[in-house]
Amino acid sequence: MNAPVIDPATFAELQDTAGADFVGELVATFFEEAPQMIGELRAAQAAGAAEAFRRAAHSIKSNSNTFGAMQLGEMARKLELGGLVSDAGPVDALQAEYERVAAALKALING
Amino acid sequence: MADSTPKTPAASPPKGGAPPAWGGPAPAVGSRLLVADDNKVNRLLLGRSLELLGHRVASAENGRIALEMLKREAFDLLLLDMEMPEMTGFEVLEHMAADGALRGLPVIVTSSLEGVAHVARCIELGADDYLPKPVNPVLLKARINSSLEKKRLRDQQAALVRRFATSEVAQDLQQSGFALGGKRLTATVMFSDIRGFTSLVEQQTPEETIELLNTWYTLMFDAISGRGGVVNQMIGDGLMALFGAPLPLADGPGSAVAAALDMIELVELFNAERTAAGKAALRIGIGIATGEVVAGYTGTQARATYTCIGDTVNLAARMEAHTKLAAQPILIDQATCDGLGGSVQVIALGPVAFKGKALEVPVHAVLLPA
Repeated sequence: MNAPVIDPATFAELQDTAGADFVGELVATFFEEAPQMIGELRAAQAAGAAEAFRRAAHSIKSNSNTFGAMQLGEMARKLELGGLVSDAGPVDALQAEYERVAAALKALING
Repeated sequence: MADSTPKTPAASPPKGGAPPAWGGPAPAVGSRLLVADDNKVNRLLLGRSLELLGHRVASAENGRIALEMLKREAFDLLLLDMEMPEMTGFEVLEHMAADGALRGLPVIVTSSLEGVAHVARCIELGADDYLPKPVNPVLLKARINSSLEKKRLRDQQAALVRRFATSEVAQDLQQSGFALGGKRLTATVMFSDIRGFTSLVEQQTPEETIELLNTWYTLMFDAISGRGGVVNQMIGDGLMALFGAPLPLADGPGSAVAAALDMIELVELFNAERTAAGKAALRIGIGIATGEVVAGYTGTQARATYTCIGDTVNLAARMEAHTKLAAQPILIDQATCDGLGGSVQVIALGPVAFKGKALEVPVHAVLLPA
């Protein structure tokens, strides 16, 4: 399956309803916040803090869905509902997906 | 405000010239809304959506800050996230339910928590509605308007209750709900009426009588509520007032007697006006008694009134009736007199046999300041 990193319909609707300029600022805010949330996810994992892990995953899911980052949202959702894992793999994969999302969002904003 | 929404002014439509996709102006524009969400992206986006609907928006980044803002400022609606540090949305709902002033504020929960159990819990805790995140703008507008409309109706209802009941009764109703039945408490009861009202009525037009009564009631209400009392009945040319019910009062007897003296003084001022206009002066009598009463809502489920009954109430009415015979404007019973602690000049008139009382009752007259 080769779904787009950012669902075009979701993103277009967001721009339509909130205004393209505003979405640009919203994306910039997401770029500031997301690395912190991924950092929290890793820190919670290292500390074995299940609740903090779930909350960080929950936040990433919520913001991903806002921008139409479906794949990233689904990965975060699995972590939120699946509970704390010791394996760093899923978090690494999530981080890699975030990098793709960030690149795609940058392109959409500047395009 | 914890942060401000990005620079784009609220009123301007989004770039691209198109109006917001979810339609024209909301009917309930200009309301003041609070957004509580720890996630900045969510907070900004929700704030933006609400501003585009024509509302004024403040935001809080956790439940504790939200609650502080709610206590400090007036809002029409709260949009509440559930997962927040320091104080969760659930805790905010619990605090609001326990706070009489905040209980009526509508809350729409916006959350991406999954599972109906969460939704059910929010509704049980008093939330009006639940919107899953990401929030659909069309649904958002509909739910906001519906919640604001509900609040408007509730406010209207509360204002109506205040007009026909006292604010104390309204507050008691709001806090405890409506239930027929009474509870025992100690209160000071006052009766007052206009002396020679019947002959007064005969001397003037009905319109003049209504105007006279309205002025008299206005003056008496001012005097009574100014001392913490509550007028709970208006009966023709008379009234019944309570001090210490439905809400407790530190000094029932002292407050009631102080109110009585204020009433006499206000009537004297009113009389100066009346005699200058060639009208007859007004005379009033006031009877006061203190003791146990049974207070509560009496009537039927469909129509009821807050009232007080018991010996104390009867005694106050008898005292008031006796003012005519005693030629004293203010008469009080022993318990009220004891409660004054010598702060007011009183003379004992001796025991009086009242109708319905097996024993004679000591009566005291409050002396007016010279």
